[in-house]
Amino acid sequence: MKIGVCLKQVPATDTRIRVNPTGTGILTDDVKWEINPYDEYALEEAIRLKQAGKGTEVVIFTIGEAASEARIRDGLARGADRAVRLDDAAFAGSDALGRARIFAAAIQAEGIGLVLTGRQSIDTDTGTVPGALAELLGWRQASWVDKLVIEGETFTAHRAAGSGTREVVTGRLPAVVTCDKGLNEPRYATLPGIMAAKKKAIVVKNADALGLAAGSVGAAAALVVEEAMSLPPARPAGRILSGDAATVAAELVRLLREEAKVI
Amino acid sequence: MPTNILVFCETEGGKPRKTAFELLGKATQLAAATGGSVSAVVLGDTDTAALGAAGASTVYVASGAAFGTYVAGAWVKALQAAVTASGANVVLGAAAAIAREAFPRLSARLGAGLAVECTDLRAEGGSIVGRRPVYAGKALVDVKVTSPVALFTVRPNSFPIGASPGGSAAVVALDIGLTDADMDVVVTETLKPATQAVDLTEADRIVSGGRSLKSKESFDAIVRPLAAAAHATPGASRAAVDAGYAGHGDQVGQTGKVVNPSLYIALGISGAIQHLAGMRTSRVIVAVNKDAEAPIFQYATYGIVGDLFEVAPAIEKELAKALA
Ligand SMILES: Cc1cc2nc3c(=O)[nH]c(=O)nc-3n(C[C@H](O)[C@H](O)[C@H](O)COP(=O)(O)OP(=O)(O)OC[C@H]3O[C@@H](n4cnc5c(N)ncnc54)[C@H](O)[C@@H]3O)c2cc1C
Ligand SMILES: Nc1ncnc2c1ncn2[C@@H]1O[C@H](COP(=O)(O)O)[C@@H](O)[C@H]1O
Repeated sequence: MKIGVCLKQVPATDTRIRVNPTGTGILTDDVKWEINPYDEYALEEAIRLKQAGKGTEVVIFTIGEAASEARIRDGLARGADRAVRLDDAAFAGSDALGRARIFAAAIQAEGIGLVLTGRQSIDTDTGTVPGALAELLGWRQASWVDKLVIEGETFTAHRAAGSGTREVVTGRLPAVVTCDKGLNEPRYATLPGIMAAKKKAIVVKNADALGLAAGSVGAAAALVVEEAMSLPPARPAGRILSGDAATVAAELVRLLREEAKVI
Repeated sequence: MPTNILVFCETEGGKPRKTAFELLGKATQLAAATGGSVSAVVLGDTDTAALGAAGASTVYVASGAAFGTYVAGAWVKALQAAVTASGANVVLGAAAAIAREAFPRLSARLGAGLAVECTDLRAEGGSIVGRRPVYAGKALVDVKVTSPVALFTVRPNSFPIGASPGGSAAVVALDIGLTDADMDVVVTETLKPATQAVDLTEADRIVSGGRSLKSKESFDAIVRPLAAAAHATPGASRAAVDAGYAGHGDQVGQTGKVVNPSLYIALGISGAIQHLAGMRTSRVIVAVNKDAEAPIFQYATYGIVGDLFEVAPAIEKELAKALA
């Protein structure tokens, strides 16, 4: 079974976000890019599954411009076998459904049997692409998974349900599994890995190569339209309480009750 | 155009969850502003009268074995049936475990746009505009959905539960026609949490501890009792989780849970940008830190500069008295 990993590049988590003057996005001039943290768990799990004999090949899929290849190389250095980068001017402005259509075409073309993704991108914070992808492929799905077992044709996954409850779910492959923190400890690339990655293939595919009809992806097909981006309002200045522990504790509880009215 | 809103109401123990009432309250306002209607869909056996009283004029219900625990295939099919039956042009769900998986699937099945994790919704020019945090809340974006059916998920605690309008709803059983193929991914085991605290993402009060707790024993001895006294859910910084003081599910932040409580108490947490990303929308933030320069104080409504090992037990004692 070939295992696909969707790997996205996102601004590092410590990025100070600044909105561009037109309010249509963020300023990216001094952004440091990283692999989406949840996608690192997906990649690690795929590599481990292959090492355990459950997979024959680990293929990275990225929708992104040439600049995302540094992150793809990092993924190859950690142990993926090859990559498919999906790039076309026609993809610009795609919403999650559009991105799912691009992935669905690419994943079918590669004959993948299991797709691992992150539980969400930490830039758009959507968590929508994997579910839409599973639906378009007609595959099973497990979300926010922190333990995964593949046995023959079935998968068993542990996932967070509501109210602190966890569920164990099972279904048949092929499937899309979205990965959460706790699933594994992602490895870093080693020097031999980095050397080996230089020789691994990154194939670039456009809309034509994927057989995507004009107008099925990109801004024209987008059903979710972002109107304006802004920074959150600043918080009003707070108050520092002073005195010994007993005094500040009593004062705090009084303020929570009488001023803030939260207890 | 009137907005006819369908609210997917999640349940627990045969009762609608709090989020169902948050969403019905908002839906009632939005529908009133546009001359539309509000209906609800519940999967599984539930008290439908409460949903009618909260503003739903029709409640679509699917019951039977497939709706005891969540099964993606069956549930998405039932939601699709409810959208068709209700003729809704707006569908709302809570941004929690079920809708997080089911709504993206529903979106692809209906060819409908989906805006997730909204913290506000407003009616504007005949359509609904959602406001949602991006970059873990470091920015906000206003989104419109242009398809004939628009899907939104909303973060828990985004809307207050208003006074109940007190109507009653017509109850309509959904005709779904399930097949074996719809039972695609089934729950084989449910692992209950050790404590009965509300889930972090839905919690109205949270008490979190950081690296400074120094051990699992002191985390258990300081953070959890204070959380219990505050009727709050315990949380943790990533440093505390990585050190093993708390579980991965307890992590608050950009790579943990994004929370939206009315009260967030941070004990010995420095306020790194990734932690702030997860809790900055909390209505009231209390910080206890021995370093007066800690960044968390820039966000705190009330700050206490001091040793948490002395201050936290004192707060616990006062809260226990106040909330007894
Ligand atoms: C990719 C990535 C993702 C991340 N995601 C997250 C995330 O989701 N959530 C998250 O929390 N972090 C996240 N982090 C980590 C983050 O950068 C910080 O390292 C982390 O939040 C620090 O945790 P802390 O505040 O407990 O520890 P520290 O930063 O070490 O702070 C400890 C604080 O406790 C105070 N203190 C010490 N002793 C006492 C005492 N006795 N009484 C009172 N105060 C005391 C100190 O003054 C200090 O301010 C992420 C980092 C990366 C790189
Ligand atoms: N442009 C992209 N390139 C690669 N993977 C992506 C891309 N967009 C989304 N994904 C995958 O889908 C997951 C969820 O993304 P999202 O729905 O955008 O939050 C991510 O963690 C990735 O694994």
